[in-house]
Amino acid sequence: MPTTASTALPLKDVTASDSTLRRYLHGLPGVDAVGLEARAASLGTRSIKTTAKAYAIDLAISMVDLTTLEGADTAGKVRSLGAKAVRPDPTDRTAPATAAVCVYPDMVAVAKEAVAGSTVKVASVATAFPAGRAAIGVKLADVRDAVAAGADEIDMVIDRGAFLAGNYLKVYEEIVAVKEACGASARLKVIFETGELSTYDNIRRASWLGMIAGADFIKTSTGKVAVNATPANTLLMLEAVRDFRAQTGVQVGVKPAGGIRTTKDAVKFLVVVNETVGEDWLDNHWFRFGASSLLNDLLMQRQKLATGRYSGPDYVTVD
Amino acid sequence: MTIEKRSSAFEYAPAPESRAVVDIAPSYGLFIDGEFVDAAEGRVFKTISPSTEEVLSEVAQAGEADVERAVKAARKAFEKWSALPGAERAKYLFRIARIIQERSRELAVLETLDNGKPIKETRDADLPLVAAHFFYYAGWADKLDHAGFGANPRPLGVAGQVIPWNFPLLMLAWKIAPALATGNTVVLKPAETTPLSALFFADICRQAGLPKGVVNILPGYGDTGAALVAHPDVNKVAFTGSTAVGKEIARTVAGTRKKVTLELGGKGANIVFDDAPIDQAVEGIVTGIFFNQGQVCCAGSRLLVQESIQEELLDSLKRRLSTLRLGDPLDKNTDIGAINSAEQLARITSLVEAGEAEGAERWSPACELPSSGYWFAPTLFTNVTQAHTIARDEIFGPVLSVLSFRTPDEAVAKANNTQYGLSAGIWTEKGSRILAVANKLRAGVVWSNTFNKFDPTSPFGGYKESGFGREGGRHGLEAYLDV
Repeated sequence: MPTTASTALPLKDVTASDSTLRRYLHGLPGVDAVGLEARAASLGTRSIKTTAKAYAIDLAISMVDLTTLEGADTAGKVRSLGAKAVRPDPTDRTAPATAAVCVYPDMVAVAKEAVAGSTVKVASVATAFPAGRAAIGVKLADVRDAVAAGADEIDMVIDRGAFLAGNYLKVYEEIVAVKEACGASARLKVIFETGELSTYDNIRRASWLGMIAGADFIKTSTGKVAVNATPANTLLMLEAVRDFRAQTGVQVGVKPAGGIRTTKDAVKFLVVVNETVGEDWLDNHWFRFGASSLLNDLLMQRQKLATGRYSGPDYVTVD
Repeated sequence: MTIEKRSSAFEYAPAPESRAVVDIAPSYGLFIDGEFVDAAEGRVFKTISPSTEEVLSEVAQAGEADVERAVKAARKAFEKWSALPGAERAKYLFRIARIIQERSRELAVLETLDNGKPIKETRDADLPLVAAHFFYYAGWADKLDHAGFGANPRPLGVAGQVIPWNFPLLMLAWKIAPALATGNTVVLKPAETTPLSALFFADICRQAGLPKGVVNILPGYGDTGAALVAHPDVNKVAFTGSTAVGKEIARTVAGTRKKVTLELGGKGANIVFDDAPIDQAVEGIVTGIFFNQGQVCCAGSRLLVQESIQEELLDSLKRRLSTLRLGDPLDKNTDIGAINSAEQLARITSLVEAGEAEGAERWSPACELPSSGYWFAPTLFTNVTQAHTIARDEIFGPVLSVLSFRTPDEAVAKANNTQYGLSAGIWTEKGSRILAVANKLRAGVVWSNTFNKFDPTSPFGGYKESGFGREGGRHGLEAYLDV
């Protein structure tokens, strides 16, 4: 298995200056929007039923980063979220645990306690989430706090303003600094907010920028804007991690986030993974769903497959 | 709690379309003057499903006497049909288009059974286009005065039409829709391996109340087509098929007053420049040559790739081909269906053997072929030069020949260095290059950053041995009008 991203920084030469970095990113193959979306749509027509569906549902559950990112989050809510992540379906203990719970930095300690003794990781959106509009010192302090509180994973947002202004080196240096602040214990997910980057060319450039800077995961979005994860932007990012591994030997994970609410949608994303990068990415170390409401739909579909009947929302837990 | 990793992680469940939506009769007659009738000589032939070799039905085989009867019926019907106001003819065409939409699932399954192509192509490409062609030409029927061919252009009379087996119903639509819209009547011969959808279309004509004799369908072999083309009372010949037969037809009609359009073979160049959107180009290459198992006259069967990205592109392409799913064409997950006939499979096999014998390097993904039926794995040839047979002859199967170039001029020279000229593709992010290169390519259709896209409003036809005349669009009317 390829190594995870290291601070050894592949493609070091291209980050020598802003202009070498720009030249490199703008030299990446372009993206034809019509073709990309047509491919994503065609993958959505694969038929997943019976055994394949049962497998896909459990796989998807195991890939969920069960998320609560509200100003109104309380310790109680985070604790119940943690309990649910560990044992998503109290009526059926064969249901796998989710990959992680994802919370704000001040809730990391609570979450950590709630999932103690399980495989569930705690992820935290540090770096002035969701806008990312704060001084680098503030962002790094945010990250260090979360890591100190026990976060296994840090979800950072990039400075979209700097990216859109073409200050790629600034974005790069921030990611490098955050990666350093994560230390050896936390994996870093870099969020691009693809809806704000607006073009597919930008999404490909951001993907490479993040990977060159040492991201362990690249992630579509915060879930806080109008356009979040889509099959097309996820397909594009999967192509980027595939090409990056071919070039550097480093494998990077992908996390679509926001707007994936139904089992049907999640399965479509898994088909995109399967046919773009294949089995190497088909586990929760390399692919995640950033979602909050998806889990319950997965559980209801799971119950339906097991019992032959559709149970309804009162047969899965809230929060 | 971890989930168990399966040996093959993600196996899609089979999802076959139901055959119950189509009711195939054990036998069919010829469709002449609004009735299904037996062939005068009583001959019949069997049509089989290429994916299983199962006999689907027995079909009457038209001979010379039947051609005579059908042309006579069409001549008689022409008097009334051509005298109808355009808006009246349009009503019938619109009605046919709507019935095709209503029955599209049935027709898609039928076409997949008889032809072997995947249901996702018949359902998502063929049938929507078939309906669209009838809608489009229905719209022209009352506007012929304004089509740019002068005031009051007149129909020609009886059109004798011969169509191939690769897109049976779509080619029927390309031929019949403009013919009827302009006031002609039709005698059509479908291919011997795929007669069923044309016979179902005959039923649709009855359902639409089309006057008797306006459309006649004569299943049969090459001799039936030859008799139709040679019939002295046929005013217009339209043919889609092989270049060899096209030349034969041109000889037959030479010196007569018959109007002819021929849409023949191709060896389309798909040119990928180094600044192309690589991932989408790979999809376009796949669509270009593996759509309908490569049995497409405008297939992008010659890949011309800029040398600087050749290795990278081929790696991507091979990886992509490994995800193609070959098998039961009625399964929604199937990308590659069956080859249309044993004869066609033999032709593909012999050309591929010639490619190997001449030193080109053959590659196919690991691919299990079903035990019955006619199958050919998607195939890629590298180390191909212009001198190789597989770079020159049309293979008409899922076989791609890869050549390279260094400069745009060289790409254009190689693309044009063929006896054909039906289609070409250009892949680049540079708009000015698209325009510059497209202008130099001698091909009827040039796609840029896409491939095998069809639309009824867009004229289609070839240069050189790919034939002459245009079908589709406003241009397609001209072939059926006295202008």
